[in-house]
Amino acid sequence: MNMIEYITLPWDVLGIGALWLILMAFFVALPCSQMGSFLILRRMALTGDAISHSVFPGVVIAFYITGDLSSPWLIVGAGLAGLASTVIIELIHKWTRVKQDAATGISFTALFALGVLLMELLLGKNVDLDLECVLHGRLGLLLEDDRLALFGLMVPAPVLVMAGVALVTMVLLFFFCRVMMLSSFDADLAASFGYRPAVIHYGMMFVVSFIVVAAFQAVGAILVIALLILPGAAAYLCSYRLKVMLLIAALHALLSAVGGLYLHVWFNSNMAASVVVSGGVLFVLAWLLGPVDGVLWKWFKEEVPTPEESSDQVGNRLS
Amino acid sequence: MSDEQQPALETHDLTVAYHKRPALYGIDVAVPAGSLVGIVGPNGAGKSTFIKAVMGVVPSSGGWVKVFGKPLRENLHRVGYVPQRESVDWDFPVTVMDVALMGTYGGLGLFRRPGKAEKKRASEALEKVGMLPYSNRQIGNLSGGQQQRVFLARALAQDSDLYLMDEPFAGVDAATEAAIVTLLREMRERGKTVLVVHHDLQSAGEYFDRLLLLNMRLVAFGEVKDVYTRELLQKTYGGRLTILSEVADRAAKL
Repeated sequence: MNMIEYITLPWDVLGIGALWLILMAFFVALPCSQMGSFLILRRMALTGDAISHSVFPGVVIAFYITGDLSSPWLIVGAGLAGLASTVIIELIHKWTRVKQDAATGISFTALFALGVLLMELLLGKNVDLDLECVLHGRLGLLLEDDRLALFGLMVPAPVLVMAGVALVTMVLLFFFCRVMMLSSFDADLAASFGYRPAVIHYGMMFVVSFIVVAAFQAVGAILVIALLILPGAAAYLCSYRLKVMLLIAALHALLSAVGGLYLHVWFNSNMAASVVVSGGVLFVLAWLLGPVDGVLWKWFKEEVPTPEESSDQVGNRLS
Repeated sequence: MSDEQQPALETHDLTVAYHKRPALYGIDVAVPAGSLVGIVGPNGAGKSTFIKAVMGVVPSSGGWVKVFGKPLRENLHRVGYVPQRESVDWDFPVTVMDVALMGTYGGLGLFRRPGKAEKKRASEALEKVGMLPYSNRQIGNLSGGQQQRVFLARALAQDSDLYLMDEPFAGVDAATEAAIVTLLREMRERGKTVLVVHHDLQSAGEYFDRLLLLNMRLVAFGEVKDVYTRELLQKTYGGRLTILSEVADRAAKL
């Protein structure tokens, strides 16, 4: 095969299906990338991990009550379970001497295991709630899903759902970006302005739970974490400004989606894993070539402090 | 009562406990408007806790706070708070200008965006502390003294009447220290009231007009000439023993 054939291969094989796969992966990765950027800045990257695992018992209980795997109550149940895990982390952290990282480890493993037990107890062992799917996602099966007509196009239903989630997240971000920035940077100053840090914290955690749950079916619990952390971390290495960082994180999400599709088609690999692998490659590129922190640039130019800075440093040492 | 006669800050029986361990007992103080106050005391005396409790950043377990004669909530816009420099992550992706602009957020409510007026206020504040040429720099590339100046610019952009500053002199170079002192005096000339947590007893007597001596309790509050005395300072820094024995004495008399 020549170059051109490699590049057109997904479209030849999947037709418009290639577009749906890219859009789906992008709509999952986009809200993850934005909220994930804030999680990283708040040093709460592992909280995303905690939420993605602890939604499981919520899904099981909601499924037990409704008996319908496509019921919206599953998302509500999962969202509540995700919120419960962050509350448990706060409680342990606040009332005992156990620190935040250990509390996170306790909360999500215990809730996830509880979910496994509940599933076996309530639903029996051979049930439709497939653990394999929970862990690895079913993005690749997207094209077999029900379709809805939209502007004369038959759009797979999950793409529309995820597009809605992405839209809601971006709208929330548009309105609350400044509040989230201030409370992440300087919670004390935010509190002195009368913002309530606890409300902002749990509000953000609820939105993360909501995204994780929605993304859950598409990419699975483990890969959600990657999508929460990778774009923000790569963008963090590329910019010193929050808005630019969020923009780069979104771009990273888009490129991961496209790259993921190509890997998926070229190697016939799991689509979700392919998206994350291409996101990982992009992170390494940011690490090497990032405009502000890139290893390569540091290697090329030797750091020469400007005169006023060096004099200030001396002053610092003297005082 | 007019504004000038009201104390800028008044606390009554302000008490704070962390994890049931008391950090501050019954602080009664009335700070007259237009004064420059140094809060001094040994490590762990509750100096930062005091201003955090005043700002409501840490919950108090008793007592009340009034600012210009009203509860803090009603006069929040008249109070500026400058947290300790180490309390924030200086790798955060914001520029010097972004940080100065944060000072204007309090007046914006939740949704309004900073506009021209806010940007002008932030630029003027940066100009005042000599940081305007750095406005596009990422804050992590600044020296300790420059970071502190940015924090002060943010406070100036708040345009408050009462300021509470947590250790603005910690880890700054001599030039910045002098600049901050000049700035504080200028603020006092403009009728602002400033409370500063200060760790250096030597300079405290010369930088401020009033001192608040704190060691979990209020040891003394008054003009420098009255409270900067060997006896009171010894009482403040002499460890908890003296305070406790005094409490025991007082209890015995009851």
